[in-house]
Amino acid sequence: MRFDATALLDLAYGAAFLGSGGGGDPYYGRLLCEAELARDKSIELIQLGELPDGALVAPCGWIGAPTVSVEKLPSGRETVAGLRRLEEVMGRRIDAVLPVEIGGGNGLAPLAAAMQLGVPVVDADGMGRAFPESQMAIFNIRGLSACPSVLTDANGTVTVIENSDNLAHERIARGVSVAMGGIAHMVEYPLSGREARAHAIGGSISTAVAIGRAVREARAAGEDPFEALFAALRATGIYRYAGSLFDGKITDLERETRAGFSIGRLTIDGLHGEGEMELLFQNENLLARRAGTICAMVPDIITVMDRETADTITTERLKYGQRVKIVGASAPNILRERRALDFVGPEAFGFDDPYRPIEALNGWDRH
Amino acid sequence: MIGACSVRVGVDVGGTNTDAVLMDGREVVAWTKAQTTADVSGGVASAIRTVLEDAGIAPGAISSVMIGTTHFTNALVERKHLSPVGILRLASPSGEALPPKTGWPAGLSGSIGDHVFLLGGGYEVDGREIAPLDEAGVREAAHTLRNAGIFAIAIISAFAPVNNAMEMRAAEIVKEEFPDAVLTLSSAIGRIGLIERENAAILNAALSDLAVRIAASFEEALRGLGIEAPLYISQNDGTLISAAQAAAYPVMTIGSGPTNSMRGAAFLTGLTDAIVMDVGGTTTDIGVLANGFPRESSVAVDIGGVRTNFRMPDILAIGLGGGTRIHLDEALYEAEAIDDAALRIGPDSVGFRIVEDARLFGGDTLTASDVGVALGLARFGAPEKLPALSDAALSAIASRIRDMLEEGIDRMKTARLDATVLAVGGGAFLVPDILKGAAQVIRPPHAPIANAVGAAIAQVGAQIEKVLDYDATPRAEALDAMKADVAAQAVAAGGDAATVQIVEVEEIFLSYLPGRAAQVRMKAVADLAEGGDRVHADAVAGVAHAL
Repeated sequence: MRFDATALLDLAYGAAFLGSGGGGDPYYGRLLCEAELARDKSIELIQLGELPDGALVAPCGWIGAPTVSVEKLPSGRETVAGLRRLEEVMGRRIDAVLPVEIGGGNGLAPLAAAMQLGVPVVDADGMGRAFPESQMAIFNIRGLSACPSVLTDANGTVTVIENSDNLAHERIARGVSVAMGGIAHMVEYPLSGREARAHAIGGSISTAVAIGRAVREARAAGEDPFEALFAALRATGIYRYAGSLFDGKITDLERETRAGFSIGRLTIDGLHGEGEMELLFQNENLLARRAGTICAMVPDIITVMDRETADTITTERLKYGQRVKIVGASAPNILRERRALDFVGPEAFGFDDPYRPIEALNGWDRH
Repeated sequence: MIGACSVRVGVDVGGTNTDAVLMDGREVVAWTKAQTTADVSGGVASAIRTVLEDAGIAPGAISSVMIGTTHFTNALVERKHLSPVGILRLASPSGEALPPKTGWPAGLSGSIGDHVFLLGGGYEVDGREIAPLDEAGVREAAHTLRNAGIFAIAIISAFAPVNNAMEMRAAEIVKEEFPDAVLTLSSAIGRIGLIERENAAILNAALSDLAVRIAASFEEALRGLGIEAPLYISQNDGTLISAAQAAAYPVMTIGSGPTNSMRGAAFLTGLTDAIVMDVGGTTTDIGVLANGFPRESSVAVDIGGVRTNFRMPDILAIGLGGGTRIHLDEALYEAEAIDDAALRIGPDSVGFRIVEDARLFGGDTLTASDVGVALGLARFGAPEKLPALSDAALSAIASRIRDMLEEGIDRMKTARLDATVLAVGGGAFLVPDILKGAAQVIRPPHAPIANAVGAAIAQVGAQIEKVLDYDATPRAEALDAMKADVAAQAVAAGGDAATVQIVEVEEIFLSYLPGRAAQVRMKAVADLAEGGDRVHADAVAGVAHAL
């Protein structure tokens, strides 16, 4: 796939949607990629199957609160500094990078890194969406180690974490990111080619591009962008159910940057007297209650969108008074397995209610 | 009988026409539509003089004058009259990967020039400094800019909306080195989101010189007429600022045109939900009225291709206006059939030269207005000067115009039901009575000057910003109390209590303070109350406070 400015726009659209509100707005990541493309760099996208067993693949992305990421912008040296340090620690060159999460700005961040480093990007990711914590990656769920891991910040700090416990890694990395001002670049879960092939969620970058393209083409043809979005998601085979959950106006937004996360609660009043929706988020949207009843839960995707344009509004861009549609999609099956739900299901986020699939909660599976 | 206190003059200065309306309370007493002149103050003065004479009242009886202007929008779109800007960003080393003007259209970026200083400074989210303010660097930059003759300077620091101390200190230093510099601080015009706030600050600085001149020319026009009433300028959110504030913050007035036309259309029809088509000389602006307010865009708004985070009406502008050129070979004017490919409408327009260039006025350019008159939709100019056009040619052009408008409705409509369409603006006659997607098309009385009416009935706004301690008062309770306060202020300023809406609530938790404290900024707007004489000074004071 050739990545020109249009493909980047499509990827930014698809990644923003799959971010489930988190991962940061891909806008800045897109600008960084455009700047690299303007320097005659190009993006080489390869498939998982092309990775030799012994290749070194580095998943990377930003860790921190999206609310901070819109003020504390990158210096541009964080990414390469982190990847180079990983090479030193591991004593060998990195052969390819991939997004640790396809959702939000992190879906694009490794593209700029790959261009700076001169390595390909693997068409895959570690979450199939975005999650707030590092141990929610499929690589942890499948028992791989997060370390050695490298965090870097705008001021030039480099921190290497070596720890065999992935939960401890997340805790320490979170603390480091807070000390770094609330946002940092992280390289983690270094993978062999064989491990990447066995565990990464394949095809997610091209899937995000396809979603963005479908919506862009629908808009150009004067068709309903939401219908186009739903059709494109269902057509992926990865996000099999998709639909609208609610339509309304934001009447309250409680959002706090705490312990390195953006944590909050959004209240939306129905435009036509259908009651209220409550949405809880920790960087990503986690759980939606419609008129008091749960209608979508993590790991299924819950995204707030502009009800006219079908643009995703990431949690840091939410504002009082916005007219929005809340849209949901089923998570990739790999995240709905028993073992995965222990890490990314509602209980992993402190909710009492056990996971129920979005299609069952909304009767989408009856059609 | 005209009551001395409630007589307002609304003026809309567009690229093509300058419209004025004199209103007594809710009644339109007199109105005029004149050409916009190169000499802006002359055009404004003559439009106001006309309505004063028509109404038969003395200049001293005017209580206030509200002007909506597209000058600043046009300056950005046409890249004319823009000042080069010195940009001091205090955030380094953070943000160096995304220097100022990243992602801007090349032309506009070129007009601003490349006077960028990335300096150490800025705050972290927890209130620490990213780096100490590089005072020597600021001084050096001021010196360089003074030598280069760059007067307009924008200063931006990371997390300035939470703490503007560094921007203030940098401004002090620049003023010491360069007393004549005109400064825009990002904390005064934008919220969280450094790139968007910086973009707005740069645009504001680029417009600052033009803004001072335009505001002065408006005031000169009023003085010349002997009007001593205060002068206000419309903002993009439908409220007013004083001429002095508009001179300092012109970027706040961008987008006021569509807001005024939609509010004017709502006022003239009494309808609260409709699609508004404002047909001007060059474009048709299509917007949506929802519950009496212009529907706003939730996502980042581009101004002249530059991303900002202002509250703006969601507008679709299509290249169709009264002065729009009809591209059709003259040999085909009397053809019995017109091939699709032979006809093109716009997007170019003769603009204010319509009175010289259009066929109706003896010119040699076929415009949409010529066709409108030929079709019998309107009567002005000299119809005898129109070329002979066959029925086939006329209907081909009419149907193309209809297609453009219908597509516009379709793009803006959200419900599947047909909408009511309100056609306003000087070219409103170009909107056909029957349109696909429209249940009905209404051309209200005074449709051609709906913009000026919108300016005259501008809304009252009030704004409060304070730090709330949620440990002392629970959040919901504290916010409700603040909402009641800001709503009461809007009513006290002359707003109609039944129409008060809280339009903005921004809450930033201050993680560097102990306990749960948040900085909250709230804005309420309301329609002018019936006979709302007291309105202006107080209303504007409320907004002024925020600036």
